[in-house]
Amino acid sequence: MNFRKYLVLAGVTVFAAAGDSMLSHGMKQTGSISVNHLQGVIFAILNPWVAAGILLLLAFFATYMTALSWADLTYVLPATSLGYVLLALVARFLLHEHVSPLRWFGIALITSGVGFIAGGPELTEHHKSPAADAAERVAADSREATGVQS
Amino acid sequence: MKGIYTWSAILAIVFASVVGDVLLARAMKQVGDVGALRRLAGLGVVIARTLGNGNFILGVLAMAVAFFSLLFALSWGDVSLVAPAAASLTFIGNAVAAKIFLHERVDGRRWIAAGLVAAGVALLAG
Repeated sequence: MNFRKYLVLAGVTVFAAAGDSMLSHGMKQTGSISVNHLQGVIFAILNPWVAAGILLLLAFFATYMTALSWADLTYVLPATSLGYVLLALVARFLLHEHVSPLRWFGIALITSGVGFIAGGPELTEHHKSPAADAAERVAADSREATGVQS
Repeated sequence: MKGIYTWSAILAIVFASVVGDVLLARAMKQVGDVGALRRLAGLGVVIARTLGNGNFILGVLAMAVAFFSLLFALSWGDVSLVAPAAASLTFIGNAVAAKIFLHERVDGRRWIAAGLVAAGVALLAG
């Protein structure tokens, strides 16, 4: 794990949390969409909050796929669950909502869960596919040649 | 009766999300380290390799099924039950499925993490 990879994991966390909140905020402004009024979907997308939310969720998907390309699923999912904690903290300190003691306990559980996996390896070593192997070899060679720290 | 519908829809969400996550994780392992590949061949190649991967396409389809199951579940049950139940069970389901199908080394550390996060999410969203 290097700084760049931690940055990608942080991206997964923040984009998911921010995207979901913006989408939910925007959808509350546009009102509910019914099957009889599908044109409501168009209006929903034109709402700036909804549009920004969709863009952020696309960014979430790109960073999530990037993380899965070099880390186990059972590492990425708990690591990025800090987004739930982030949402609760935003609700408490930016929106000044009440966060019950039970929810603070939930925050503590998630945070300790993330602490548990953070100390372990991020990837189970398998025999790699030839393509991935080659990509890694060339990348390592070029790093050596340029002296760039991985 | 409504409870049975809601829980069936929750189980459908969990099943489809787990299938989707496992397929996407497998797809991205086949694509290879995205960062290294991008430096090597460029972003276009990374995107083409990802979108052309069969597991990726199936994974996205499974995620779409999970999304529509969520819509059904929300029309039958409260969001305060559906969202935490589905999210929490998906964490556990993913740990089991990753061990069986992706052969990830899910050791004590990761079981504890999955359990703590699942419990935390259930409390937080409940």
